[in-house]
Amino acid sequence: MVQRTVVVASRVGLHARPAMLFTQAVAASGVPVTIARPGGDPVDAGSILFVMSLGVPHGEEVTLAADGEGADAALDELVALLATDLDAEDAPASPGGAS
Amino acid sequence: MTAPTAHTVEQRVLHGVGVGRRGIVGPVAQVQPAPHVPADAPLLVDGVPADAQTTRKVVDRAFTDVADGLRDQSSRATGTVKDVLAATAQMADDKALRSQVLAKIAAGEPVVAAVDGVVQMFATMFEQAGGYLAERVTDLRSVRDRVVARALGLPAPGVPELHRPSVVVARDLAPADTAALDLANVLAIVTELGGPTGHTAIIAGQLGLPCVVRVGGATALADGTEVAVDAAAGTVTTDPDAAQRADLDRRAGVEQALTADTAPGGTADGRPVQLLANIGTAEDAERVAVGAVEGVGLFRTEVLFLERATAPDEEDQAAVYARTLKALGGRKVVVRTLDAGADKPLAFATQPDEENPALGVRGYRLVRTHPELLETQLAALGRAQSQAEATPWVMAPMIATAAEARAFAARARAHGIAKVGVMIEVPAAALRAGEILAEVDFVSLGTNDLAQYAMATDRLRGELADLLDPWQPAVLDLVDATARAGVQAHKPVGVCGESASDPVLALVLVGLGVTSLSMSAGAVPAVRYALRHHTAAQCHTMAAAALAAESAVAARQAVVDLLVPDVRETLGV
Repeated sequence: MVQRTVVVASRVGLHARPAMLFTQAVAASGVPVTIARPGGDPVDAGSILFVMSLGVPHGEEVTLAADGEGADAALDELVALLATDLDAEDAPASPGGAS
Repeated sequence: MTAPTAHTVEQRVLHGVGVGRRGIVGPVAQVQPAPHVPADAPLLVDGVPADAQTTRKVVDRAFTDVADGLRDQSSRATGTVKDVLAATAQMADDKALRSQVLAKIAAGEPVVAAVDGVVQMFATMFEQAGGYLAERVTDLRSVRDRVVARALGLPAPGVPELHRPSVVVARDLAPADTAALDLANVLAIVTELGGPTGHTAIIAGQLGLPCVVRVGGATALADGTEVAVDAAAGTVTTDPDAAQRADLDRRAGVEQALTADTAPGGTADGRPVQLLANIGTAEDAERVAVGAVEGVGLFRTEVLFLERATAPDEEDQAAVYARTLKALGGRKVVVRTLDAGADKPLAFATQPDEENPALGVRGYRLVRTHPELLETQLAALGRAQSQAEATPWVMAPMIATAAEARAFAARARAHGIAKVGVMIEVPAAALRAGEILAEVDFVSLGTNDLAQYAMATDRLRGELADLLDPWQPAVLDLVDATARAGVQAHKPVGVCGESASDPVLALVLVGLGVTSLSMSAGAVPAVRYALRHHTAAQCHTMAAAALAAESAVAARQAVVDLLVPDVRETLGV
């Protein structure tokens, strides 16, 4: 079992676009990875629904864990991704509502 | 649009409340409601209940098909719609969602119960997390509805993909549904619920689409039925005959003729009346700037703040304001500071547990609990002013007293903003408009809220629309009091509520002394036309007639009777 702890850098936390990019990267790595908040139960990091439902805010630590071949390399890559502000290029789109 | 054909189908006329005056003929495209299926509905293949293995395959396939379909729609969409659809596609593709549903089915649970159980588990987690996530429950449920419909072979719920120009018919349209509309193929919008100042109506007004709301029986119309949607009459007529089509065609011709006049607004004898547009975003500003408007009379800045966990910072806001000012290239731009609360809650500013939010801490009153929101906004506007080298006007919503107006003006002027005003939408402010005008440079009447507060009628209660009518003489009295104060103080009094977009009512407003009218850009041509054909004295006579009437209906009729006959004919009133 390999584990890494990283602080989520995205301004909106692990929601919306950052959550989407993260789970896509987990799926692309081909390694089963779990993600947990401090003291929380680990959940499937490849599931956007589980990742979003953690509700990780900006600046909070998460722990990634994986097993077996390629686990080290996969986690290194995912840690680097979470340490980046994934929401930096384009801010969340503003809705067209009005009243 | 198909050519009229001889048929024996009996015409049916459905009645509702029209938004605007446009009309059009086109085929119905029903927005499918979520399928109502019992939790233990069997999955049938060739008419017989499928075995467990086949059921799993069909459901697995349904998830894939729904995700593919959403991705495909996303790839053809742009902007916000593209992102919303892509995120929903990823939910449908979620491997945890799918594997847990399939595991339940393998354990013998019926399809609908299995999907509902897993979706409910995620929905509960989202709701517990609150905020942004709680709002995503709608997307999650729409995935649920689509997968269930697909697996059981029912029509796909939600806004259909439009393959030809169509009249979109729905029970009600949620903001997300409206966002998913393929506007190039939307001819008109018809809903069974909603009110004339609701979300759907306002969006339709901004887009210049014919719209009729509160149409009983609309969702029973068959897909593809040809209907004539007439917003002026508030009707939806099935299988319109040649005469009805010709009438709508004629009015479309008039509409084109109206748009031909692009000169600044004014009465027949040359009294100027500024005709301005209402906008919500910098993109709106760029869109209206190419049209014949003299500026923006209402920039609703709350759109910048909606669906965000925290307020946008000064720099982000300044960029949007500067872009808006640049788009209008020196024309007048009236920026309204954040109008949150009541029907527009914000995660970071709304008071929880307000029993009566329309009467609570909303609009300018947020300064009592969150003064930093207003400070940041005014600082951003001051910064945008130097970036764009243009001078914005700024106004605060929901001002009730002269002291509030004075405090707001002091804050705004401290940030270098030269033209400071307030909204008049609280009856108390209308009654004391003279004192308020002594503190500020201009006022702008928000007639929707003014009517809501004067008539004690919730804007969101469609069934009370008659009380909310801006033609109510009591509401006109408050407009009159405000306009008189403006004339006396030699300061501008605008109207930026939807009432400014009614060309007949616009004549009354001008007759009362209003100096500018701000509305959906699509409504400007008809208002300009009506003004151009009446003198200031005629407008004044009409205003007096409206004030003398004993009801909203009588007030409007009295004014319609005074219209120049040509105008009555052209506007179809």
